[in-house]
Amino acid sequence: MVFYDEMYGLNPQPNGTNKQQFEALPHYHAYQSWAKSYSPEAMAGKRAQADAAFRQVGITFAVYGDDAGTERLIPFDLIPRVIPSKEWTTLQKGLIQRVQALNMFIHDVYHKQNIIKAGVVPAEQIFLNAQYRPQMQGVDVAGNNYCHIAGVDIVRAGQGEFYVLEDNLRVPSGVSYMLEDRKMMMRMFPEVFNAMPIAPIEHYPDLLLETLRSSAPVGVDEPNVVVMTPGMYNSAYFEHAFLAQQMGVELVEGKDLFVDDGLVYMRTTQGPQRVDVIYRRIDDDYLDPLVFHADSTLGVPGLMSVYRAGRVSIANAVGTGIADDKSTYPFIPDVIKFYLGEDPILNNVPTYQCRKPQELSYVLANLSSLVVKEVHGAGGYGMLVGPAASKAQIEDFRARLIAKPEGYIAQPTLALSTCPTFVESGIAPRHIDLRPYVLCGKETKLVPGGLCRVALEEGSLVVNSSQGGGTKDTWVLQE
Amino acid sequence: MLSSTADHLFWMARYTERAENTARMLDIHLQSSLLAGGRSELQRGQAARAVLLISELVPAYEAAHGELSSESVLKFMVSSTTNGSSIYNAIYSARENARAVRGAITTELWETINVTWLELQVRLENDAWVKDMPAFFEWVKHRAHLTRGVTAGTMPRDDAYRFVALGTALERADNVARLLDVKFFEGAAADLQNWDAKGEYYHWAAILRSVSGFEIYRKTYRDTITPTRVAELLILRADMPRSLMAAMNALCNQLQKLANKRSSQTLRAAGLLQAQIQFTHIDDILQQGLHAYLTQFLVSINLIGKGISQDFLVA
Repeated sequence: MVFYDEMYGLNPQPNGTNKQQFEALPHYHAYQSWAKSYSPEAMAGKRAQADAAFRQVGITFAVYGDDAGTERLIPFDLIPRVIPSKEWTTLQKGLIQRVQALNMFIHDVYHKQNIIKAGVVPAEQIFLNAQYRPQMQGVDVAGNNYCHIAGVDIVRAGQGEFYVLEDNLRVPSGVSYMLEDRKMMMRMFPEVFNAMPIAPIEHYPDLLLETLRSSAPVGVDEPNVVVMTPGMYNSAYFEHAFLAQQMGVELVEGKDLFVDDGLVYMRTTQGPQRVDVIYRRIDDDYLDPLVFHADSTLGVPGLMSVYRAGRVSIANAVGTGIADDKSTYPFIPDVIKFYLGEDPILNNVPTYQCRKPQELSYVLANLSSLVVKEVHGAGGYGMLVGPAASKAQIEDFRARLIAKPEGYIAQPTLALSTCPTFVESGIAPRHIDLRPYVLCGKETKLVPGGLCRVALEEGSLVVNSSQGGGTKDTWVLQE
Repeated sequence: MLSSTADHLFWMARYTERAENTARMLDIHLQSSLLAGGRSELQRGQAARAVLLISELVPAYEAAHGELSSESVLKFMVSSTTNGSSIYNAIYSARENARAVRGAITTELWETINVTWLELQVRLENDAWVKDMPAFFEWVKHRAHLTRGVTAGTMPRDDAYRFVALGTALERADNVARLLDVKFFEGAAADLQNWDAKGEYYHWAAILRSVSGFEIYRKTYRDTITPTRVAELLILRADMPRSLMAAMNALCNQLQKLANKRSSQTLRAAGLLQAQIQFTHIDDILQQGLHAYLTQFLVSINLIGKGISQDFLVA
């Protein structure tokens, strides 16, 4: 199988120890001529330096299922993914288009439901979906804005065309790694940032704060913004603390907040202080034990009543899962056409909906060549990569599919693009994806770049950090 | 500031200070046991027991180890994961509290505390620290100095800083009082006028050294070491940075700046304790009995700690 490579396109490329010269794509020329000045030993030194620095800064994440409290580094690769300016312009347009349409879709679902009436999305897709939140029906949120922060997973396949793999509209994570990876590259290789027109991304926390402030309840001019975390044992805790610090706002847990007389307050050493905007990094289900999981101690009793009355803003809004759910995903191209009257700029991956008997039988007959995903799964847990799976794994999934077809979708195994990566045997191509972060406030915008995740095992297509994936810095070149 | 953030900062500082004071105390224990080479097994056992008494850890130790020996007491106080007051657990807790509020402290402070934790694990691995214990205690002290220095040099003087300073002062007052008390707890004669100069010299010199007070003592009194003056220096002298007076001054100073609507009772209690030290004479203390005096002091300090917690930290 031939994979499109970010550095070499479809040209032949180095693999492991072979050292002959290969023809890189033009947008990698500057990088290549710079990288030549580093010997493999010098590079290895830089890698060790970067690892030590990440550990000292404490940029670690907890892996579920491991010993409690275990902290791991996410492997960081020193070879950047470079995106030429023209490709980025298309990506950016496509992302803004997509997220705007998703936002309108969520608003419509929780208000007039025109899209159902028009027959574009079937009613059962909405109302029988576990991600539909009846509590949000008819609720007006500030600026009709639901997805303040969207992390859209983009992959490139085949001859180099882009696809949207997933829309993450609930609590997308990873942006701190995007920022820390860049910081690390600038620390390791300051000279290359002088030599190449690499677009800056460091203002992301500013944009985020602006987005959150602009989402304050009506009539609040100087909003008190907080970041809400499930706590320090959450796998993404570093990111929660990092973003709160970078924005200069408080990092709170549910127990720091309380509801009194129709408003949300935080407990401070000087008494209660009103909270206006909550950038929450916990799922809907844990936000308010009076409305959702009654036994959750992570949330704030009464929060939803204040939210529904429009006296506190929550980002992202409650109920966005209806739009990023994997079973809703196949409808998104039609959603874009319906609300914007435009053709989608970014393509969907063709998707089989196992709840449809016909598509299910196709999936069952082709399990060994498909990727099967749980509709409500995330983080690379609970998925089957057919070509890489054992017979037993395939049979296990077959049984699960037959038992609960509506719980799964399937997609052809994409020939994900690769990027040269440091591995034990030298430099070799490894599969990657890209997660840019789209911010919706008064305007929809994004910083030029994203989190590039890389599957470090040879041939692996699963890039999630929980599955041993690493990250790379992403350089968008300016014209 | 969030009450929970203040709570973490307060305890981060307390554990940092506790790790340091434990290291200081153990270092002295080690030195005195070297100096008094001719001591009997019984005396050695008593010295090891004194170490545990300071931290009220005799029952916990006996439950875990049984027989007293200097080395196993040292290990219990340094690397034990079950002893909540070991240096290991103090540094671990300081780091966990810092991690919980890493956004509220400066990056440099966080990294200092995090590196301490990372290095500690290396030093404790395979009991490597046992090979050179003085160097290990020196390292713990050094990291505490560094943490304090980075705090002073990078933290803005806001409430976060004040809760750190408050935690440091409270823990120090507690630890120094315990250190001073232990000799008398053992039931030695409280009659300080008739002490056996030869045998006791090393004990008091060691206590002075453990609080970096030996040189200060010499400078202040320009005379031989007497228990009365040691007690005076460590309790009453405001210019001695690790004295109870200095700790109480720092504590009251921070507490006044942090005052809120609920805190008047705690402020009064702290002010009263501060005034009592300030306007007392060492002879009055000795008349009451040093042990009785320090026991009373520890009760008061404990109450102030509880008051701070109720007024600011749990809200």
